[in-house]
Amino acid sequence: MTTQSSVEIGTEWGIVSARQAGRELSKGLGFSSVDQARITTAISELARNIYLYTKNGVIGLEVVNDGHRQGIIITARDQGPGIENLRDVMVDGYSTSGGLGAGLPGVKRLMDEFDIQSNPGEGTLITTTKWLR
Amino acid sequence: MTTYEGLRDSYKQILYNFLHHKNEQSLYEAQQFSKRVIEEQISPEEIVSIHLEVIEDLYPNLSSETRKSFEILLEVMIGYGMAYREHQILKNKQLELESEIDVAANMQHTFLPKEIPQLADADIGVISVPASKMSGDYYNIVKDGNEYIAIALADIIGKGVPAALCMSMIKYAMDSLPEQLLQPGQLLASLNRTVEQNIAANMFVTMMYASYDPATHIFSYSGAGHEPGFYYDASEDRFNELYAKGLALGISRDTQYREYQQSLSVGDFVVLFSDGVTECRNGDRFLERGELAELIRKYQDKTAQEIVDNVYRELENWQDFQLHDDFTLLLLRREV
Repeated sequence: MTTQSSVEIGTEWGIVSARQAGRELSKGLGFSSVDQARITTAISELARNIYLYTKNGVIGLEVVNDGHRQGIIITARDQGPGIENLRDVMVDGYSTSGGLGAGLPGVKRLMDEFDIQSNPGEGTLITTTKWLR
Repeated sequence: MTTYEGLRDSYKQILYNFLHHKNEQSLYEAQQFSKRVIEEQISPEEIVSIHLEVIEDLYPNLSSETRKSFEILLEVMIGYGMAYREHQILKNKQLELESEIDVAANMQHTFLPKEIPQLADADIGVISVPASKMSGDYYNIVKDGNEYIAIALADIIGKGVPAALCMSMIKYAMDSLPEQLLQPGQLLASLNRTVEQNIAANMFVTMMYASYDPATHIFSYSGAGHEPGFYYDASEDRFNELYAKGLALGISRDTQYREYQQSLSVGDFVVLFSDGVTECRNGDRFLERGELAELIRKYQDKTAQEIVDNVYRELENWQDFQLHDDFTLLLLRREV
């Protein structure tokens, strides 16, 4: 597994750069245009969470190969306030109330695998994967 | 062939026919197609992608501007797709919740008496209908070995699940009172202490508790902030208010309840009800107590059960089958 790229999200420009990197990578891997749009949207949502709720953080993009298929791993890491109750932010309908975890269940559904680790005061790490069909 | 490929082929056929014949038939097929994709839970962005694939198939020389414009459309539809999937999940959750509530409502139903005791010289009828699935109204009618009748009718403020939870507490609290039938005033005072300890500060319960002694034909009753009932005096053909002063249950620990007595002559009856009855409304107009009395009078030559059933049916109809609050109506008439 090699890190393909890593984008600092400090401004809204960072979000666009992360999207751009994600789109190019997924296109290069041969994802369909719908899946490209899904991967990009997932990156966009994760980057926006970093931009809106933490001072700065990093979106990482990696190509992964499990021996049978290729995929793309997105990581979103920040040193922000962390999330008090993960169960709350992963519940559908929560995002519409405009809380911390804007759209996390949505991101989870756009992708194939999703993992979130967060401790209050220590920041959050989200790892999510999309496999090439 | 996968579902996706099958759908794409159907879509291609429909689009091709439409572009070459441009008739209503194809549009009708497109409408049927949309039902099918919704059934298959295909999200909106996928339809855009199918459309682009198909149109590129049919017109390989599509301009690059047109092709690229679909990227914008796709991007916009992704959001709709997310909302669509969330909607699906919430819909399933709602179904789960509803079936849970159905089970709870069935359980709650077992709290109410299965049948109304039959008396030699009095006729009792009762109807209780929740505004939604669960009820915040509670009633009980029991007869002891001496044909002595006790009637309880309680109304928990609010409705739905919170009121229903509180209603079950009232039921258990009543069950835990001493076996021998207490006098209405004593009973309410005792029940009030239990309720006061177990209820949130912003909740309370109104209640009417009565006993009828067929030997003396005395109807004794006490009330805890409850909607007054009616006493119908047959000799004068008049409805009088059946009022009992007393603080609602759960407000103050040491409330005392005064006991009232009403002697019933042949043909006299008493009516007790929850405020869901007087809160029946048609548009902005609430049912007036006088109108309720007139409705009862209209059916008064029928049995007690028929009276309450008919009154309910008329009121249900009057307010377009929309109950705003749990509805309980109870009538006891001295027959001989």
